[in-house]
Amino acid sequence: MNLPQIVQYCLSGITVGSIYAIVAVGFNIIYNTTGIINFAQGEFLIVGAMTAISLCRIVPLPVAIVLAVLVTTLLGGLVEIVFIRRVSNASVLRLIVITIGISIIIREAMLHIWDEKVRSMPYFTGTAISSIPILGAYISPQVLWVLGVSSIIVTGLTLFFRFTLTGRAMRACADDRMAARLCGINDRWMVTLSFMLSAGIGALAGCVISPVTQTQYDMGAPLAIKGFTVAIIGGLGNSMASVAAGLFLGLTEAFMMSQFEVAYKEAISIVILLLILMFRPSGIFTRREVSDLRTL
Amino acid sequence: MGKQFTRILSVLVVGFVLGSSGCKKSNEAPPLKVGAIFAVTGGASFLGAPEAKTAEMFVDKINRAGGINGWKMELIVKDSGGKPENAISLAKQLIDEEKVLAIIGPSTSGETMAIKNICQEGKTILLSCAAAEDIVNPVASYVFKTPQKDSDAVRWIYKTMKEKGISKVGVITSNDGFGVAGSAQLAKLAPDNGITIAISEAYDKQETDLTGVITKLKGQDVQAVINWSIVPAQSLVAKNMKQIGLDVPLFQSHGFGNIKYVQAGGEAANGTIFPCGRLLVAEVLPNNHPQKAVLVEYKKDYEGRYKEDTSTFGGHAYDALLILTEAIKKAKSGDRDKIRDAIENLKGVVGTAGVFNFSSADHNGLALDAFEMLTVKDGKFAIYEK
Amino acid sequence: MKLRIYRPVIACVVLVVLLQVVLSATGAIYYMTQVTMAAYYALVVIGLCLLMGYAGQVSLGHAGFFAIGGYTSGALTTCNLFAYRDTSLVSWFRSAGLVLEWQDIYGADIVSFSPWVALGVALILTGLIAFLIGLPVIRLKGQYLAMATLGFGLIIYRVVLGVHVFGQADGISNVPPFRLMDGLEVNGRPSFRVQNYYIAWAVVMVAMVLAINLVHSRVGRALRSIHQSEEAAHSLGINTYRYKLATFVLSALFAAVGGVLLTHYNGSIGPSEVTVIKSIRYVTIVAVGGMANLWGVLLMGIILNFLSLRGVFGTYDDAVFGAILIAIMLFAPDGLLRMPQLRALSSLLSRRLHG
Repeated sequence: MNLPQIVQYCLSGITVGSIYAIVAVGFNIIYNTTGIINFAQGEFLIVGAMTAISLCRIVPLPVAIVLAVLVTTLLGGLVEIVFIRRVSNASVLRLIVITIGISIIIREAMLHIWDEKVRSMPYFTGTAISSIPILGAYISPQVLWVLGVSSIIVTGLTLFFRFTLTGRAMRACADDRMAARLCGINDRWMVTLSFMLSAGIGALAGCVISPVTQTQYDMGAPLAIKGFTVAIIGGLGNSMASVAAGLFLGLTEAFMMSQFEVAYKEAISIVILLLILMFRPSGIFTRREVSDLRTL
Repeated sequence: MGKQFTRILSVLVVGFVLGSSGCKKSNEAPPLKVGAIFAVTGGASFLGAPEAKTAEMFVDKINRAGGINGWKMELIVKDSGGKPENAISLAKQLIDEEKVLAIIGPSTSGETMAIKNICQEGKTILLSCAAAEDIVNPVASYVFKTPQKDSDAVRWIYKTMKEKGISKVGVITSNDGFGVAGSAQLAKLAPDNGITIAISEAYDKQETDLTGVITKLKGQDVQAVINWSIVPAQSLVAKNMKQIGLDVPLFQSHGFGNIKYVQAGGEAANGTIFPCGRLLVAEVLPNNHPQKAVLVEYKKDYEGRYKEDTSTFGGHAYDALLILTEAIKKAKSGDRDKIRDAIENLKGVVGTAGVFNFSSADHNGLALDAFEMLTVKDGKFAIYEK
Repeated sequence: MKLRIYRPVIACVVLVVLLQVVLSATGAIYYMTQVTMAAYYALVVIGLCLLMGYAGQVSLGHAGFFAIGGYTSGALTTCNLFAYRDTSLVSWFRSAGLVLEWQDIYGADIVSFSPWVALGVALILTGLIAFLIGLPVIRLKGQYLAMATLGFGLIIYRVVLGVHVFGQADGISNVPPFRLMDGLEVNGRPSFRVQNYYIAWAVVMVAMVLAINLVHSRVGRALRSIHQSEEAAHSLGINTYRYKLATFVLSALFAAVGGVLLTHYNGSIGPSEVTVIKSIRYVTIVAVGGMANLWGVLLMGIILNFLSLRGVFGTYDDAVFGAILIAIMLFAPDGLLRMPQLRALSSLLSRRLHG
């Protein structure tokens, strides 16, 4: 393979990897605050994208995106208040099952509101055929948008969680909810906030990847599966690790494709996931006490 | 214990009553009962939804005109969600309970193969809207299909390629039934048509980005790309090819049958070449073309009633009902065996996918001329000119 | 062993026979089709109930075990060895009675493995895979276990979708009936309907008896204590890991049997049986039935699958399951039959009746 080919594969891997990463980042917010894996995360992306696509016909693009993000943020908060809050002391099993149920309901609602057709957002800059040459390979400008938005989101979140009071409060809830409460933190509001934040980021992600991946009502689940595969590979709760793991997975898939049959590509991510779960459940980039992850 | 027992009993009764609500009993003069199994929801909904709408529209029209030979038609549509096990259960319901004389659909090959034996043994005519060659090969006397042959589509593609002087191609297909069938036909017919397939890859139908696969094609210096898939990959391939600079002709399959896929591809869709039923270019057909009247009317009715673009997939349901009603008219009877015999003797039935000529060995009825090579110009479908 | 625990089994058998008599008498015999199919799906949820309700382990990939059973059986009974029938290996198979020679409805000659052989291979394969997957994965906690089982289900899905011998996207069709003995066949044809209804229920009853025995045995008590508090159970000397692994493998075997029999009943199997949605449906049914309530789970399994197969939910099929799932998790976490309102209602009624 010559240099342009290699660069092209790398770019392809980075494109896909950043899509995975951006979904994983959304998971981590909720996981960090509540310890729940939110199976409905993928749906937030699609709701955001679908809303923006519908609004695009009435208002200019940036306004449509902002409105879509707001709507989805409210949806996230609603979901938390109506469903999650009632079962705040439930077992992990019950919570997993509830978020699965929520994802099904949202998806079916989308089917009946928007129907089954494939749609996509207009490209932010350029058109479907614009491409930017890099080192002999080509990339769509939208991919740079995806990379750019992901970086901003991740940086923003890291700063938020490390330096702002609210962010620190949310982390405190994850560590020990009772202790956080004793410190005067309104833990129930923190949980709602985490869902809202996660939903909003999901919506933004959905809008920015929509021109690249196109949007269909049932795309939430496969995106979510890839997203938490990446989150676990990096280490649940660690956003930076998710990004690294996402890029790692994307590049691995791209290079596997170049050497072997493309048909096996999907199996790669699952095999890596299972291997990680079996041998290093805390993830490649994170260390955690074994007792947190394993039972007797 | 007793409490639990009474509770169980009451829940059972409720469930039973709910479940039996699907059964109809009628004591009046029997209309002709036709069942339909479509994948209205689920992964194949882009097939099943237009098919169900078309079927309802067709039957309404027949009934408003007074029925066939005075017999009204009753259509019972069931949603299988694209799942073969549901199709089996629904087929048995339609055959045993509703005692339909024919079943239209299902939408996918997997479902059709699952109920093929059931319909054959239940002596119920099956007019499938799915494309697999297995449906009519080996021939089962009660089983027919209305979509065109995949092999004919492949022949058209290769013929056009030869005219353009293309001999080395890259083939990418999706991993669903349609893609797998297409991949097999493409490989089988390539040598006889002077085409070398330099590389053939299958991707997942839910894939969100195909730049990796296309990069692999780029590395093989192919003269053209054939993509055999359904939505959403079709538009994705077109866009990705342009975005990473693979500037060769793109040939698609007859799965590209809806203007929405062109819209989804934006400028990238321009120049795509594909074989298809003539429904998409109905208006620009010459006035003396045998199919023009049927196509224009279907398009007008569908778009007028449902306010959405027609697709060739809905046309398969139209053809199925058309064939059934023509056979009923010919047989002048509601007896299923007579109707079955009539179908086998139908010749020259003008449908949306082409002109049908059945025989006891040919339960599909369409030939090479059912297809027309189309292309996309300025975001619209046009007939491909050399 | 107190015989009292088998009373529900007798009651169930009576109900089953009653149902058949009623249906035959009213000419509504065709309902048996969906009940039979639902009964085979119920085998999966019985096993899953043991795993989720008693051992407390979540599995989001149980449809994978159903598929291993169904696909193995489907592939072995449809792979046509006719062309090789004179080779030494196949001749040995024929003399050992491992293969059957038959003709399909198009008159083609087929030489394929006998369904009994297929069943045996399916069970061994499922047991082995469940054991190997379970070994590293059972140790994991809550969401990690969920993700691992989800991953397992996805791998099986990819395998059946990608491998030619499993029919890829169209699945395997033309699967022959399963002859249990002369005159008894697992077969979807209308003439065999009543027979198959009883065969299916017989298998389900056997499974229930096994499950009840397990629950009331030492193993069952150990499992329940693990579910309540793993540390406490461990400190009492119970080898929690071994019990959980054994339950995992057992539940996988139940699912595989369901898969084998349904494949022969339907005459086909497809990748739609291995999707994440299917696995989630099984989990929903166990949750709605009451995680640790075997009879509740059986009842809900039959009802929900019956309604779904009859198309009663129409285009809202998935939405109904999602809604039920959420509703149960929020309002009746111990299952529909143990809902506090229902309990209140029945105690009110019993007071009226007896007081």
